Amino acid sequence: MKIAIASGKGGTGKTTLATNLSAFLSESEKVVLADLDVEEPNSGLFLKGDLVLEEVRYKMIPKWNEDTCTLSGKCREVCNFNAIVQLGPRILVLPELCHSCYACSELCPSSSLPMTPQRMGVLKEYKINDNLTFVESRLDIGQEQAVPLIMQTNDFIDLNFDNTTIKLFDSPPGASCPVIEVTKDVDKVILITEPTPFGLHDLIIIVETMRELKKDFGVVINRYGVGNDDVIDYCNREGIDIIAKISNDRHIAELYSGGDLIYDKVPAVRDELERVKSYIFSEGEGM
Amino acid sequence: MKEIVVISGKGGTGKTSITASFAYLEGENIVVADCDVDAADMHLLLQPDFKIAKDFYSGELAVIDQDACIYCGECKTVCRFDAIPVENGIYTVDPISCEGCGYCSRVCPVDAITNIDLLVGEYYISTIKTKATMVHARLGIAADNSGKLVAQVKNSAREVAEKEKKELIIVDGSPGIGCPVVSSLTGAHYVVLVAEPSLSGLHDLKRVNELVKIFKIGVGCIINKSDINPGITEDIKTFLKDEDITFISSLPYDESFTESMTNGKVIVENGNENIKEILKNSWEKIKELTNNKSE
Repeated sequence: MKIAIASGKGGTGKTTLATNLSAFLSESEKVVLADLDVEEPNSGLFLKGDLVLEEVRYKMIPKWNEDTCTLSGKCREVCNFNAIVQLGPRILVLPELCHSCYACSELCPSSSLPMTPQRMGVLKEYKINDNLTFVESRLDIGQEQAVPLIMQTNDFIDLNFDNTTIKLFDSPPGASCPVIEVTKDVDKVILITEPTPFGLHDLIIIVETMRELKKDFGVVINRYGVGNDDVIDYCNREGIDIIAKISNDRHIAELYSGGDLIYDKVPAVRDELERVKSYIFSEGEGM
Repeated sequence: MKEIVVISGKGGTGKTSITASFAYLEGENIVVADCDVDAADMHLLLQPDFKIAKDFYSGELAVIDQDACIYCGECKTVCRFDAIPVENGIYTVDPISCEGCGYCSRVCPVDAITNIDLLVGEYYISTIKTKATMVHARLGIAADNSGKLVAQVKNSAREVAEKEKKELIIVDGSPGIGCPVVSSLTGAHYVVLVAEPSLSGLHDLKRVNELVKIFKIGVGCIINKSDINPGITEDIKTFLKDEDITFISSLPYDESFTESMTNGKVIVENGNENIKEILKNSWEKIKELTNNKSE
């Protein structure tokens, strides 16, 4: 089973929920948590364990071979991303614009643009306890595209963990390509928001995105007690399941700030995670 | 004309509330750009009138003409994005997975595949409650290319500033370190980092600072919610010193941020006097730093 935790707005508690939920579930289940917020991964700050694997990850980028190039112009013509520039008799590849589609490489009449690996980040796997594995992918600074690294991390999880393991994904914020890459193949999505106008505004966007992707999803309200009731009214009106509510509590913010897990220190949070667990194991209704 | 960009690495640090405060304090003399197009929230505080709306097209989507298709499978073979599923022998394009590279259309022997331009969002040129002009956007549902929409918002903001003879643009950037942030930073004169004293906040601050360094522009930092964890606040200050980043100010954890937002107000409109004062001083300092650093 694959479950993504997403939010639209940043800073609403995705990582808090992902780390606490994974630790809580691992009391009774086999769990792997993958931090797919590859631009700013910080689930690892809350889960301490032994490093069992570290791999550099690469994406494929064309590399110009000037000895064989006949300057046919085909590469520039076929590149839809303006990632290939010709400067006089030289061809320049702009890796940050390249989407690794292979068109220039395979359509080049003189095969002068072989695809070569370019480093984009690092994947690490940690054993947290007998039941809990943590996988983190971290994009190198200066790499602009999160999607290829997310894709590879997804493949890594598929390859290394079987169906008896619950797979949790900590998603990046927002609702564009990296979030879609994380959520498109999961069974359920847990959306976490806060009951404020910003929280509601960004929740609506991510809800519409999940509906477009035809995902089964529910909402967790964090910092419950601040703001107003608009998020609850919206969920009720739209028939969206409110799975759990985590109270606004300065103590939680303080525990979080120091990198502590919360559910083992605040019993009310444990109760809410119990509800999230029930949601995960409930029969999907589809949306 | 100077561009000041506010970013945070981590989400939820108060970046938008603080940016909107600066915009509010500057009144009519500034152009505001909301470049956090994935989660554009600043309009909830500044109440733009959505006066001018423009469609934003970016990227392409492959479409297969089923009448012309000869089911050769060439398109599926070359597609690196698993975007061409086959069901009962029929080839279709999965719009969510298609990257719009156009490779399939180039190899199709019967020219059955065309690429259509994608409408990925809308952007707006508005007047806000201070009478200033704001450029903002809304990315379409499940749309791609937020980095390019950011670039569009920034370009429009520059055009507006030029036309209205405004000396300053303030930009609300997006979280992370990827393409939308890179687009936000491109062409900026000064960067304000909004940090929070948590391990995550410090971690994300360090990463986004590595990105900012590549741009070689002046950078200062505001620490929000500084009393949540005084130890990490000190760690942040040490980090700022080591990295030669100007410490601008620190703000206490204050529920009035949320209250103001709930009332659709900028925190300097009705927040407590202490916070108002800190933000006023911060903004003056940022303007000074922008003029010094970028000369």
